[in-house]
Amino acid sequence: MADLLIELFSEEVPADLQAQAAENLKKLITNGMVDAGLTYASAAAFHTPRRLTLAVEGLLDASPTVQEERKGPKVGAPEQAIQGFLRGASVTMADLEVRDDKKGQVYFAKITKPGRAATEIVADTLEFTIRNFPWPKSMRWGSGSLRWVRPLQSILCLLSNETEAQIVPVKVDGISASNVTRGHRFMAPDSFVVNGFDDYETKLKRAKVILRAEERSAAIWQDATNQAFALGHDLVEDPSLLVEVSGLVEWPVVLLGQIDNDFLGLPPEVLKTSMREHQKFFSVSNPKTRRIERFVTVANIETVDQGATILKGNQKVLAARLADAKFFWENDLREAKAGMLKWQISLENVTFHNKLGSQSERIKRIAALARKLAPVVGADADVAEKAAFVAKADLSSEMVYEFPELQGLMGRYYALEAGMGLDIATACEEHYAPLGPSDNVPTAPVSVAVALADKLDMLIGFWTINEKPTGSKDPFALRRAALGVIRLIMENQLTLPLAAILKPADVGAGATDLLRFFQERLKGFLRDQGLRYDVIDACIAMPNNDDLALLAKRAQALQAVLATDDGENLIQGFKRANNILSQAEDKDGVEYSYGPDIKLAESDVELVLFAALEDVDTQIKLAMDVQDFSTAMVAMATLRSPIDAFFDGVKINADSAMIRRNRLNLLSRIRTICLSVADLSKLEG
Amino acid sequence: MNTPKSFQEIILRLQAYWAEHGCAILQPYDMEVGAGTFHPATTLRALGSQPWAVAYVQPSRRPTDGRYGENPNRLQHYYQYQVLIKPSPSNLQDLYLGSLKAIGIDMALHDIRFVEDDWESPTLGAWGLGWEVWCDGMEVSQFTYFQQVGGHDCHPVSGELTYGLERLAMYVLGVDHVMDMPFNDPSAIIPLTYGDIFKQTEEEYARWNFDVANTEVLLRQFEEAEAECKNILAQDHMDPKTGKRIIMVHPAYDQCIKASHIFNLLDARGIISVTERQAYIGRVRTLATKCADAFVQTAAAGAV
Repeated sequence: MADLLIELFSEEVPADLQAQAAENLKKLITNGMVDAGLTYASAAAFHTPRRLTLAVEGLLDASPTVQEERKGPKVGAPEQAIQGFLRGASVTMADLEVRDDKKGQVYFAKITKPGRAATEIVADTLEFTIRNFPWPKSMRWGSGSLRWVRPLQSILCLLSNETEAQIVPVKVDGISASNVTRGHRFMAPDSFVVNGFDDYETKLKRAKVILRAEERSAAIWQDATNQAFALGHDLVEDPSLLVEVSGLVEWPVVLLGQIDNDFLGLPPEVLKTSMREHQKFFSVSNPKTRRIERFVTVANIETVDQGATILKGNQKVLAARLADAKFFWENDLREAKAGMLKWQISLENVTFHNKLGSQSERIKRIAALARKLAPVVGADADVAEKAAFVAKADLSSEMVYEFPELQGLMGRYYALEAGMGLDIATACEEHYAPLGPSDNVPTAPVSVAVALADKLDMLIGFWTINEKPTGSKDPFALRRAALGVIRLIMENQLTLPLAAILKPADVGAGATDLLRFFQERLKGFLRDQGLRYDVIDACIAMPNNDDLALLAKRAQALQAVLATDDGENLIQGFKRANNILSQAEDKDGVEYSYGPDIKLAESDVELVLFAALEDVDTQIKLAMDVQDFSTAMVAMATLRSPIDAFFDGVKINADSAMIRRNRLNLLSRIRTICLSVADLSKLEG
Repeated sequence: MNTPKSFQEIILRLQAYWAEHGCAILQPYDMEVGAGTFHPATTLRALGSQPWAVAYVQPSRRPTDGRYGENPNRLQHYYQYQVLIKPSPSNLQDLYLGSLKAIGIDMALHDIRFVEDDWESPTLGAWGLGWEVWCDGMEVSQFTYFQQVGGHDCHPVSGELTYGLERLAMYVLGVDHVMDMPFNDPSAIIPLTYGDIFKQTEEEYARWNFDVANTEVLLRQFEEAEAECKNILAQDHMDPKTGKRIIMVHPAYDQCIKASHIFNLLDARGIISVTERQAYIGRVRTLATKCADAFVQTAAAGAV
């Protein structure tokens, strides 16, 4: 048994690629070895900015010898065929065996594939892995042709057991594997020899390199939290930044610094974004003032002045960055105060899509739609229209140009500065929402009107020019927009029949197609809430299916009634009635829709059913008038026992043609009443 | 290494350092460019098989960055220091760190970091992989391994180093505002600051760039430069007068540079919409690509 240690040492690897690369190294090497017959007990991969490391334990010393049999040509086959077979199997005539086969005597070759030493297999696998590594983006350097994420500088490859450690002889593009690595770039740059993984990790730590990424991030987080806590401040959580920062250092040193007073008046989001995006600083907030007043930076070096020079430098850079942000902010505030007109005008020059015109034209459409939607959501039409006009004005602001992720949020600040009401400012911020399935849904009426108009315009627009999502391709995130509309309607319980609104899409792919797209998204949405597909289909088949909230309500009521004993049995009764009726209609070539005549009722069960149908029909009609689906469904379910009794007690295909016709008409009545609630024929089972 | 006293001393030390490490010290290119990369000694010479090692200062202009000389470190005219070595030597990172040491940056006191930066110039049809080099959180250089220029694969690969001189010098000299930075030795008989030399010009150019430059003239000049570039490259390679094969790559490339700078001026005037922007960049790229196509056919690219 042996242990394997591989380190690929290179110039600095981008932080966001390290973890996946380490995982790929592990997968490719272990799979390659196993494919060659070399099994192992366990494997673990590690990464720092300059190294990808793999440690494998319990590796076989060699792959096992394998015996293989190969069937050859018939005895007496042409000499050429036999010679060919011998060459292919790398055996001689003496190695062949003759056996009886169904077709006569046939040559068999017994091939012994001797096991290969681990060093050989590891060398081959490593070279193949390096040459075929799946980097998302790789490069060449110098005069060579090898590709790596950044120049590869050295390879360490060591097989070891209790007694000795052996360098695996690998050479890739002039780089020979060794048992040597180096420490921290500045604090311990000298090279040193290692004899196995434990020795490697220990020596690295002595050479100021923490091999494990999770150990580095834990150290950063703990130290940063402690330093903030000591001042009574809070470190603002940022898990993805933590991962990134721990991929930028081999020896993290946490330094806490102060933001100049000049900049504390900037919106906290601007401070946080600027510090994070440009400097990779964590934000530290003061719970007393609720402002971000300090920052944490993570250096890669211990210095004799305890990082004082580094911190001073970082503070200076931050001041320059924030001076820029302040410059943008103050320019923007001036423009906002002037009413943001210049911004709105400049959106005329910004193309939204070459077939759908400028941002400005799109905004006009959104404004008109927001106005139309206002009464539905309980917003003032003028306010909604005005909000739509300014909601995207911040796209022209300098701050959003610098930090696109602050769109909407800056709109809020600027709308307030322009003296617009809180409802308009809120709409500026919220009208992009909801962006994902977990994003909050706006509830303020003006926000809802603009948010709906924004998404509906987008969908109508792209349907008009026939740019629908296909398969996995959805470049304009139209599925997300449709789901946004659905969530806005559902969570605000809006009565918003879509058909009339989607009409403009008729010039392209068609409003009906777009409505179907909505219904498909709604199906997914309702299914996530536990509703059955067939139940939803039964409701989509009903009128007013463009009113999504109504559709959902109907589906919920239907699923609830199906959960009851009566409901479930009624469906069986309905299906039975429907089947008999359909068959009879097919056979007779008529529709039994005249209405049954009670005078032709022969038995009590028939009379009871007549009465029940009359009663339930009335109840359903009353309930449906006020869209009370539950009551209607419950009423429908009460038909269960009269229908069951009817089927048990009478013969539909009576001898008298007149009686038969009347009974079929009665079945038709059952069908009509049931179908007035939902298309029960769509239900499964 | 003692700390330098002035902006020019930093430049002189870089010149001496890279000269000592085998680079030919070139002079700035005599045209308006947005960055040192535009110098033909980089753009064109990164192409082809011939070895190359140069370093030079390149005055650079970015009209949109003008702040009337008020911003502590934003200028519409500034200096870049550029190093290009082909093929990139295996110790280029160490050579680079040596240059920082040469200008007085103590590696034991500062935090030097290589932070991912995939460099791309849509205008030049060029890209490479490398880093921004950070010193205490400040970007002091760009470090790039050129992979493609003008649509051509670079083989061998050039290593390119670009230092933002003002920012780097301000840091080394401990100056907070660029205009306060000593340009020559502060103890000279006539000490000059950066502001003495450039404060007024920054104001003048900022006003002209943003508000006064005649856009009609600029638009015409763009078209003219574009037409001339294409015209030059369309000429027969055989010069009828001398009977020599002369491909006029550099004169054509001058027109490409000119078009690029005019585009930057138009951009600063704020008359280019987002859609048009892409179109203009595409037009300059077409010129750069044509120049690259022509260059690889010449002796300087090792083609003859």
